[in-house]
Amino acid sequence: MKVLVGVKRVLDPQVKARVKADGSGMDLTNAKMSMNPFDENAVEEALRLKEAGLVDEIVSVSIGPEKAQESLRQSLAMGVDRSIHIITDDELEPLAIAKILKTQVEKESPGLVLVGKQAIDDDSNQTGQMLSALLGWSQSTFTSKLELDTDFATTTREIDGGLETITIKMPAVITVDLRLNEPRYATLPNVMKARKKPMEKIKLEDLALDISTRLTILETMESEARSAGVIVNDVAELVDKLKNEAGVI
Amino acid sequence: MTILVIAEHNNKTLAPASLNCISAALQLAQHVDCGIDILVAGNDCNDVVQSCSKINGIARVLSANCDSLKDHLAENMANQVVALATGYSHVLAPATTFGKNFMPRASALLDMAQISEIKAVVSSDTFIRPIYAGNALVKLQSSDDIKMITVRTTAFESAESGEGTATIEVIDAVTDSGLSTFVKQQISESERPELTSAKIILSGGRGLKDGKNFELLYAVADKLSAAVGASRAAVDAGYVPNEYQVGQTGKVVAPDLYIAVGISGAIQHLAGMKDSKVIVAINTDSEAPIFQVADYGLVADLFDVLPEMAKILD
Repeated sequence: MKVLVGVKRVLDPQVKARVKADGSGMDLTNAKMSMNPFDENAVEEALRLKEAGLVDEIVSVSIGPEKAQESLRQSLAMGVDRSIHIITDDELEPLAIAKILKTQVEKESPGLVLVGKQAIDDDSNQTGQMLSALLGWSQSTFTSKLELDTDFATTTREIDGGLETITIKMPAVITVDLRLNEPRYATLPNVMKARKKPMEKIKLEDLALDISTRLTILETMESEARSAGVIVNDVAELVDKLKNEAGVI
Repeated sequence: MTILVIAEHNNKTLAPASLNCISAALQLAQHVDCGIDILVAGNDCNDVVQSCSKINGIARVLSANCDSLKDHLAENMANQVVALATGYSHVLAPATTFGKNFMPRASALLDMAQISEIKAVVSSDTFIRPIYAGNALVKLQSSDDIKMITVRTTAFESAESGEGTATIEVIDAVTDSGLSTFVKQQISESERPELTSAKIILSGGRGLKDGKNFELLYAVADKLSAAVGASRAAVDAGYVPNEYQVGQTGKVVAPDLYIAVGISGAIQHLAGMKDSKVIVAINTDSEAPIFQVADYGLVADLFDVLPEMAKILD
């Protein structure tokens, strides 16, 4: 079985996001970028399925500017077999991303698509579900455990109240949560090897899709910042302040 | 034009998140000048239908009853929403793992974009939502015929109940998609308040060092009738189960009082709690980033602080 993994290059999770002074968007100039952490879990899971003999080929796909290749190269260095880069400088909405990914699923015919449950930049949490809908496949979101069988998979999902187990018919789109696995680091020899692995490059306009913008961003704002308050000396003072100053207990 | 709200429930009771979502719908209804319908999709959920009909300001409660909807499987829920959505101007669901599961699926089937986790309604087509773990907000305008929206529940008050006189209509339920099957749920039973609706929350981090040390936290929490949460580090370390996690990828909370104990304050954790009214940080490391957002900080060892606090609160 072939697995398709979606990866997105985002602002590194350790870096504080800054808004451009004129409110026209985020200031990502010279900022450190990384593969979306949830997508690393998706890549890792695909690798483990391959190591378990359940998968024979892993293809990673990324949609974005020239630099999106960095994340694809990282996935190749982790052990992915080959990559597809859909090149565009446009800021695309999740629905558009899902439509683009669908073209690659139709081309590659994987039995499973793995993606992160959300990208940590726009925090939409939509793409996997949308892709699954467009393909008419089953879905499992927030997946923290995956057991693959021939015609179905059993997944454990992290839901607000605890855990939920479902079985889904294959093929499926599975969106993964952080506790599914611990992603491996790419070793230096594998980073070198990854340079020689195939990377197909497709211009977005060559796919001839309707991916018109539905949501216009009118303004990007800093969220209200909190400032540090006071340091209290002991527990008695803390409890007193919470009771008599803040009035919250 | 009418607004449709998808109710979150467990077939017995309406989830509090639904009331926050309805509150957002009521704000929206003032901009659009229209009515609000609620969809209750489930099985054998007459109590939920009844409570929805009493919520103030609701026109109709649509009840779709079928075994295929009992477990709220995404494929069936999305199909049910799609079957109804045409004719509505807005469809709203809470941005919980319930709503996040099927709303994008329904949106894609309708060829509509989804607006995730709105924090404010600006007008009938313009909304504010957080991005980058809440470090920034975007104001965006939708050109879609049906605005598909999930609502950040902490940003809206609970809608009031008691004076509502909504009519109840039974509608056709969709058939099972055959794509997925529910197996089981492991829901933790707790006497303590639920995290997302608690007035006071005590959260523990890696500083607790062990799952059994959460007992110290529980002792204080019980004195304050507080809920207990955790940082991702504490959940990853196996101290407490996943449903305790507060943060960008866990639960977003905004209680009156949030006490962070042994939590350093990573960006991802702050994303889940920085809208709390009062924040307290208890940490041995005075340089921990959590102190930068705390109204009250106590630089001390939590293993001394927690027992003393329990005693003082007695």
